[in-house]
Amino acid sequence: MELILSILVGVLFAAALYSMLRRSIVRLAIGLTLLSHAANLLIFTVSGVSRTDTPIVPEGREAPLIGSSDPVPQALILTAIVISFGVLAFLLVLVKRVYQAVGSDDSDDLTSTER
Amino acid sequence: MTVQLTAPIILPFLAAALAMLAWRWVAVQRWLGVAGAIAQLVAGIVLLVTTRSQGVVATQVGDWPAPFGITLVADLLSATMVVITGLLGLVVVVYSFGGLDNRRESFGYYPLLLILLTGIAGAFLTGDLFNLFVWFEVMLIASFVLLTLGGERAQLEGAIKYVTVNLVSSALFLSAVGIIYGLTGTLNMADLSERLRDLDEPVLETTVAMLLLVVFGIKAAIFPLFFWLPASYHTPPVVVSAIFAGLLTKVGVYALIRTFTLLFVDDVEFTHGILLAIAGLTMVVGAVGAVTQQDLRRMFSFLVISAVGYIVMGLGLFTGVAIGAALFYLFQDAIAKTALFLVCGLVRWVGGSFRLEQLGGLYRTDPLLAGLFLIPALSLAGIPPMSGFVAKIGLVDAGIAGGQYLVVGLALLASVITLLAVAVAWAEAFWKAAPEGARVELEEYRARSRGERMSMFVPVIVLIAMVVGLGLGAQPVLELALDAGAQLMEPHAYLDAVLGADR
Repeated sequence: MELILSILVGVLFAAALYSMLRRSIVRLAIGLTLLSHAANLLIFTVSGVSRTDTPIVPEGREAPLIGSSDPVPQALILTAIVISFGVLAFLLVLVKRVYQAVGSDDSDDLTSTER
Repeated sequence: MTVQLTAPIILPFLAAALAMLAWRWVAVQRWLGVAGAIAQLVAGIVLLVTTRSQGVVATQVGDWPAPFGITLVADLLSATMVVITGLLGLVVVVYSFGGLDNRRESFGYYPLLLILLTGIAGAFLTGDLFNLFVWFEVMLIASFVLLTLGGERAQLEGAIKYVTVNLVSSALFLSAVGIIYGLTGTLNMADLSERLRDLDEPVLETTVAMLLLVVFGIKAAIFPLFFWLPASYHTPPVVVSAIFAGLLTKVGVYALIRTFTLLFVDDVEFTHGILLAIAGLTMVVGAVGAVTQQDLRRMFSFLVISAVGYIVMGLGLFTGVAIGAALFYLFQDAIAKTALFLVCGLVRWVGGSFRLEQLGGLYRTDPLLAGLFLIPALSLAGIPPMSGFVAKIGLVDAGIAGGQYLVVGLALLASVITLLAVAVAWAEAFWKAAPEGARVELEEYRARSRGERMSMFVPVIVLIAMVVGLGLGAQPVLELALDAGAQLMEPHAYLDAVLGADR
């Protein structure tokens, strides 16, 4: 399972980079979306995939049972998903506004800041 | 202890929330902006006094003991940076009264600025690597909106570059955090420091160190990751550029200093050797880039990059004195860069442009402004008695003591080039005869009331007085910086404060 996920993470990173290196800024947005997925999946994979129990503390105990899965990576990923959702929503609006202002989605036309 | 550590984060955030409720009343937002920044400044000063007398202080949020909960921790470096954040926030808010157009003011400028200050203080105070990521994102989303506020074409184009580079950096940050968690099972920086010391995985450890170097290097704009900065920092109004130039790259530098003194100190020859090489290139490339610019704001954007090089040089030398000197550079440069960008704003109001070929003759019309421009500009080049001189001499001294003559030579070379750049800028904007058809004084500026003009000049004069004061009376701040440097080199106080002395 880890092997498959590792390959998938690699493919996602590669696809994200390929998309971002295209000239269209819409593809840039798609690439950045894939990039955040790749990072999230990387956290999931690297912290160990297991078939163990959910880490819920049973009644009358102070800590989850030994052998239950680690809740921290899931908390990290959940936080990261929420953040990337907000940022990507902003990015989409930005791409739209740039398209309206520049009249093109070619990143080679974004040159007015270089003088 | 809890209140002292959370107040610099919560108070500006509270002011931001109130300012959003007062959406229609810009005057109320203005004063909430002032109140939030003052609250942060005062909270920062209290924290600095506490850390000065009691050493490193820490608190566990929600009472979850470290390393399980999120730790907030302040050493001298963190506390001083919070004070500078509050100070620069206050200055910029006051300058905005007159220096920002009313349209932008009424579209949430003050709440955004306060949230930016919240995020910056959070990043300085957190003791948890993932929480640092979260504060970075708080800071980034506020900076994205501040950068695009107003929606001019150049702003949007600059924002695409800024947003893209920062999102890539965030994704790499997350990946690094994931790998570190997989390696050590912790994200608390104090706990990490101990576990990385015992970890016998030199290859993976160096990989993660380099990943974080890239991540924070992008934020700090080191060579060769700086290209986004001069493409975006000059596009928003100067108040926004000023706070970005003064604080945002400094957060990246802070994160570099924190990780490369606390976490990755096993293979100093390799990691800090790389830092030193990067520092030399960053200083020179930034200064050379500045010479070629015609737009004042782009010129100073390049000088922001050059300054980062000097600070990283102190980190790369990796002695207590070198890091102390680098911290003094960090403190004074945040103030000087903000002052310079605000002065650029004044130049535009009275001279009609940011571009050197369209400016001229301002020495005759505004001798005060000519002086205000010259002082921080010469400070950047390291001319005595300004603060930049003290900072540079400290770094050069530490470099010579460490036997790193090449990087010392590059530092001096970059200083000379910086002097050339600012001298040309001053001569072009103030000394040469005004070009034909130069627009002098924008209509809008003439329409400003006396109070609004004062709100622009007074903050600038305060900052410039500090630049001179930090040069003439450097001793107390230099001592503070050296103590902070010593604290970073001997992290046991930090570890004791976070994890408890009886571990």
